[in-house]
Amino acid sequence: MKIPYYPGCTLSTKAKGYDRSGRAVAAALGMELVELPDWQCCGATFPLATDNSMALIAPTRVLYQAEQAGEQVAALCAICYHVLKRTQTALERDPAMRERINWFTEQGYEGRVRVVHLLELLRDYLGWAELARRVVRPLTGLRVAPYYGCLLLRPYDEIGLDNPEAPTILHDLIRAVGAEPVDFPFSIECCGSYLTVKDPTVSETLSREIVASARAAGAQVLVTACPLCQFNLEWPQRETAFGRTGDEIPVLYFTQLMAVALGLPEEDWGIEGMYTDPYPLLRNVVQAVESV
Amino acid sequence: MSRIGVFICHCGINIAATVDVERVAEEAGRMPGVAFATHYKYMCSDPGQSLIRQAIAEHGLDGVVVVACSPAMHERTFRQAVAAAGLNPYRCEMANIREQCSWVHQHEREEATAKAVDIVRTMVEKVKRDEELVPLRLPIVRRAMVVGGGIAGMEAALNIADAGYPVVLVEREDRLGGKMARLSSTYLNFEAAPGLLEEKIRQVLEHSNIQVLFNARVTKLEGYVGNFAVTVEMSEGPRTEEVGAVVVATGWDPYPLERLPEYGGGQIPDVVDGLTFEEMLRTGLQRPSDGRVPQEVVFVQCAGSRDPEHGVSYCSKVCCMYVAKQAMMYKERVPGGQAYVFYIDIRSGGKGYDEFVQRAMEEYDVLYLRGKVSKIFRRGDRVVVWGSDTLVGRPLELEADLVVLATAMLPSREALALAQTLHIQADQYGFYSEAHPKLRPVESLTAGVFLAGVGQGPKDIPETVAQAAAAAAKVIQLFAQDAMVQEPTVAYVIEDLCSACGACVAVCPYGAREIHPVRPIATVNPALCQTCGACVVACPNKASRIHNWEPVQVLAMADVVI
Ligand SMILES: Cc1cc2nc3c(=O)[nH]c(=O)nc-3n(C[C@H](O)[C@H](O)[C@H](O)COP(=O)(O)OP(=O)(O)OC[C@H]3O[C@@H](n4cnc5c(N)ncnc54)[C@H](O)[C@@H]3O)c2cc1C
Ligand code: SF4
Ligand code: SF4
Ligand code: SF4
Repeated sequence: MKIPYYPGCTLSTKAKGYDRSGRAVAAALGMELVELPDWQCCGATFPLATDNSMALIAPTRVLYQAEQAGEQVAALCAICYHVLKRTQTALERDPAMRERINWFTEQGYEGRVRVVHLLELLRDYLGWAELARRVVRPLTGLRVAPYYGCLLLRPYDEIGLDNPEAPTILHDLIRAVGAEPVDFPFSIECCGSYLTVKDPTVSETLSREIVASARAAGAQVLVTACPLCQFNLEWPQRETAFGRTGDEIPVLYFTQLMAVALGLPEEDWGIEGMYTDPYPLLRNVVQAVESV
Repeated sequence: MSRIGVFICHCGINIAATVDVERVAEEAGRMPGVAFATHYKYMCSDPGQSLIRQAIAEHGLDGVVVVACSPAMHERTFRQAVAAAGLNPYRCEMANIREQCSWVHQHEREEATAKAVDIVRTMVEKVKRDEELVPLRLPIVRRAMVVGGGIAGMEAALNIADAGYPVVLVEREDRLGGKMARLSSTYLNFEAAPGLLEEKIRQVLEHSNIQVLFNARVTKLEGYVGNFAVTVEMSEGPRTEEVGAVVVATGWDPYPLERLPEYGGGQIPDVVDGLTFEEMLRTGLQRPSDGRVPQEVVFVQCAGSRDPEHGVSYCSKVCCMYVAKQAMMYKERVPGGQAYVFYIDIRSGGKGYDEFVQRAMEEYDVLYLRGKVSKIFRRGDRVVVWGSDTLVGRPLELEADLVVLATAMLPSREALALAQTLHIQADQYGFYSEAHPKLRPVESLTAGVFLAGVGQGPKDIPETVAQAAAAAAKVIQLFAQDAMVQEPTVAYVIEDLCSACGACVAVCPYGAREIHPVRPIATVNPALCQTCGACVVACPNKASRIHNWEPVQVLAMADVVI
């Protein structure tokens, strides 16, 4: 199956590893992510004011581009997914707004395209049982803390991916690749998001708590679906006012965990330029599996 | 020759600003059969009504047309007025020149006036041919049904039964008492709930006028106020109960803990709801996970209530009070223990209620923290509560042995289906709707069906008992009448013309018609007929008629304007 794919800016620059591993695992599972031929930035924020039509223009352009390519468009970046999905919902509920934006962009977005996250395709199209069947290197014994963050799940009424108070989609994925999901109270607490730009100490404080909590719950690695979460959770572990603690744990994208489990070559893991080196841990797991 | 009076109302400027009322009066005065015509500022006012009464006497009128607003508004007013002057009320009609004329033709004075004259003309023709009718009197079955055997249902049943009327009480479970049977004690005086309840149950079971049907469900309601036939489904099969009135008292169900995942609801054994804690207070206060007596207990108010995003928007009304009660009872049992209460605000309206909560704070050292709880999770064998204390403006983390969620009260899970069965309304949550929020709080919109207890909205025991007594009073009031009075302007059948084809039976939307079991004719149940006219149109033999809407009347009305 070919699926139109919107990589977004971050996955084309700072988070290339997410893009690489995402495309690789999708392809390995028979879902080819086909990058939209012509795309632009989604704007990266969904407007909070209900009458802010300006901020809807960029994501509507993306939806229009996607609509030319097919019935659905997949995203990996949780922020792009959040913005595009909410725009899709908003314009579904407010056809007058859709017309207004179409009038401005001189593009006829019809509201047919459905924004999906790769996680959603794995759950609803492939199924966890099928994913588990495709695993060649089950990550047995690896204790993984699923970190959902905010934007992937909220607001439920507009996004509807999973229960925002008690999500399970990453837990299920972790189980499907043979690892052990670790419950920790901070798995849906905010990492500080964009405050990392404006007031880094806020996101540092929040992120430290998240990492410490995962660590205390026995996790060896955190997984996320968001490049900003990944950044926020990882970099304070290297150089911050808090200094190093020796408690660092790697923060991976769920696609990277899958790439290992699906037996893809190391270059497809897309792990590069990380502050916390996950290789020792992952190679250990791989070795352990292969020695059996 | 008839002697009809025509009374044209200005309705202030509502009519007079558009319709030339003087000209209408002049024209009406010249209509054949009209003996008197006049106009006045407000016909429905006392002077307006006495003007009509005087004219009837002075001019010897035998019919009246009030030219004013819709009959839905004031037909009853004017019929009463003419009756007071000795005229048969069914020889008084309203000609509507407000809703159907002045309001819809505001800038067309000429045309509106001409139309008003035509409307008057038709009604004069109708009144000329109106029969003198008398209201129907229908018998009342003086026996009541109460659905639901909680405190509300039992109280209503006892009140009706004590007034001397038989009651059949339908309870879906195999016991009486409802949720109150699960309570430990009741505020304000910590009276043991089981004792209070046992006494009530005994009274109900021993009452010679009360019959209790256990494991029973209402599946059908037919008939009308004073004469219902209710089908009750029981394990032995269905049975039909003939009753004159129904009290619905089906109570509530607790908000499912699973719908509060952010509080670990349904996942953490030591996170319980208020009802479960009531039972713990009765059985020895051991926490579910390991049976230890909790040393620190956190109560979370408004769990699921007042939360349009995740839960229900309304306030469940009893939890502020029972949390104070539970916290004090806990402190009595575990004097060294600590109780915390997270609250948004304290709703303790009621006699002695706020003093009760203050006692919890001051005499029992229950620590009240103003703020919402965001998350509850496990840490080892403890339960961690994240909340905030908005009075000091700081987030807060508490570790406790037990968390009690004061969850919302939901209407009984069967309420919506039962509302449909009983032809009564329910609001968006499933609480039964009262006929008027202020003036008719215990009646449903279906005559003869009354409401009591939490099924109508969250309330505590004293309020439930008061409402149940009020519903019982309404039933007794109904039974105290010697007959049901009903408008006579309903359908009837001219038996000689009827061929028993059944066309009218099929079209009647109110089930008011049937073919006679023996004779070849259709019959009308006047208590059910709503005068819609469908049967009149459907009848191929012109056998189906409506009193005072006879074909001669309708034809004459048409003749004068065509
Ligand atoms: C934890 C807690 C503590 C409380 N403590 C106090 C207190 O201290 N003091 C106080 O005043 N109030 C207290 N309350 C409130 C009190 O419980 C209610 O006011 C009371 O239960 C209302 O009674 P009810 O008869 O309306 O409803 P219910 O008690 O729910 O009774 C309804 C009955 O109807 C039956 N039923 C339901 N549907 C059907 C059907 N379709 N057909 C036939 N039967 C049906 C049910 O089986 C039940 O027997 C407390 C509430 C809670 C949650
Ligand atoms: S009664 Fe008190 S605890 Fe219950 S919903 Fe209302 S405010 Fe909240
Ligand atoms: S007038 Fe309407 S309600 Fe009355 S019997 Fe005829 S069809 Fe039924
Ligand atoms: S439709 Fe007319 S003829 Fe036929 S059963 Fe009804 S009243 Fe009689």
